[in-house]
Amino acid sequence: MAGALRRKRQPVIGVMAVQGDFREHLDTLDAVGAVGREIRLPADLDGVDGLILPGGESTAMRKLYVRWGLVAPIKALATRGAPILGTCAGAILLATKIADGDEPVLSLLDMEVRRNAFGRQLDSFETELKMQSLKASGGPTTLRAVFIRAPEILRVGPAASVVAQLEGGEIVAARQGNVVGISFHPEIAGETRLHRWLVEQAATARRG
Amino acid sequence: MAKRSAPATAKVAKSTWATKRGLAQMLKGGVIMDVVTPAEAKVAEEAGAVAVMALERVPSDIRRDGGVARMSDPDMIKGIQAVTSIPVMAKARIGHHVEAQILEALNVDYIDESEVLTPADDRFHINKHEFRIPFVCGCKDLGEALRRINEGAAMMRTKGEAGTGNIVEAVRHIRTVKEQIEALKGQSEKRLRAAAKEMRVPYELVKLTVKAGRLPVVNFVAGGIATPADAALSMWLGADGVFVGSGIFKSKRPAETAVAIVQATTHWANPAILAEVSAGLDEAMKGIEMRTIPDAERLSSRGW
Repeated sequence: MAGALRRKRQPVIGVMAVQGDFREHLDTLDAVGAVGREIRLPADLDGVDGLILPGGESTAMRKLYVRWGLVAPIKALATRGAPILGTCAGAILLATKIADGDEPVLSLLDMEVRRNAFGRQLDSFETELKMQSLKASGGPTTLRAVFIRAPEILRVGPAASVVAQLEGGEIVAARQGNVVGISFHPEIAGETRLHRWLVEQAATARRG
Repeated sequence: MAKRSAPATAKVAKSTWATKRGLAQMLKGGVIMDVVTPAEAKVAEEAGAVAVMALERVPSDIRRDGGVARMSDPDMIKGIQAVTSIPVMAKARIGHHVEAQILEALNVDYIDESEVLTPADDRFHINKHEFRIPFVCGCKDLGEALRRINEGAAMMRTKGEAGTGNIVEAVRHIRTVKEQIEALKGQSEKRLRAAAKEMRVPYELVKLTVKAGRLPVVNFVAGGIATPADAALSMWLGADGVFVGSGIFKSKRPAETAVAIVQATTHWANPAILAEVSAGLDEAMKGIEMRTIPDAERLSSRGW
């Protein structure tokens, strides 16, 4: 049947599950009809076509990534062209530079980020955000963005491009090829477009 | 599609339900550690804690010392905020509106309206809707959890029995919440309305909870976790994460115990890893058998 054929071709999207709101990402993948998988150890990455780095505490995540040998296999996945989406803490892990001293973790996205750049919890906020579509053919689009003790992207390097800025000019989304880092949380705002993009890219990468 | 006119300034909204509940969502799968000094806060952050709870005495010392336990000295909380980049939580007494206002003024990240401190009001919990800062509250059963959520709590923790190093009450409380949600599944609207009335919460809240099959906010386990295995057991029972109080800094090797509990919370379903991280930790905190604690001294019976 057509359904069975479609299922066979479906890409598998890994969601890093060492800590953070990975269940919300898995629920969002489920909502767009994609197959998600929790990743805690390198072996879990076998056969994964795309990857999500969820929100959470980047200090805790970095220690768990390092301890369980997850850094190299994630980098290898990116090298193979698999799309990767990092949200909030996930974006911090992707950056090539972290302001105020912390060593970078994955260095997959040419940008400098500052943790908790907007302040503590009382300064967490939500807003309508204009964002460049991630699709080659797409223009700007508006989405509901929730920022929680969020990082700011201070600057992007030559290999990356800015995808979204707040009205004050703060960069909150950047992209380098198939690697996308965003400061906010589509997964807790009922926003599915970024996940759909990731699944489509993963399907393309898999066929290619 | 119609073209948008000149872009209006995007409205920025703070302290919304999504941001309050959202921070707790980001803490999931993690360990929140009680700390009493900046040095302990650094140990916690180094170990991979997702947040710290700043307080003057850990629950086992509060239990030992007796007397009235109150909100911590603001200087002590500020000292901890100054050295760590992870979220800092602090405790207010049950019903103590002003302690909560002070903690909000200190710009902590979350307030724990906690039975570990001596209750300030024997009738009302804090009306948490009035605050910009999010609250976590304790519960022993579904009714207590939903009453707190109805008052505005954006995160829950099952109470357990703090300061005992004994996991048995924590297990009982999370299991009770789960079983009570299970028991309401598939029930008629009439039965759900009766349950809502009995629990003194709106029907809509009960309906939402039963439909989701879990509490509508993040729920951690607290009160008695002393080992990596205790943390993993909590996760196995369906916790979203764990609070560890006395269990870390009352153990023989706090830094190692803290790291091991973090690992066990992530890899709770992997016994080989649990065996590895549980090894060589020396003595855990000395625990207390429940039978030896008179009912009047049970912290979990505070709040309703």
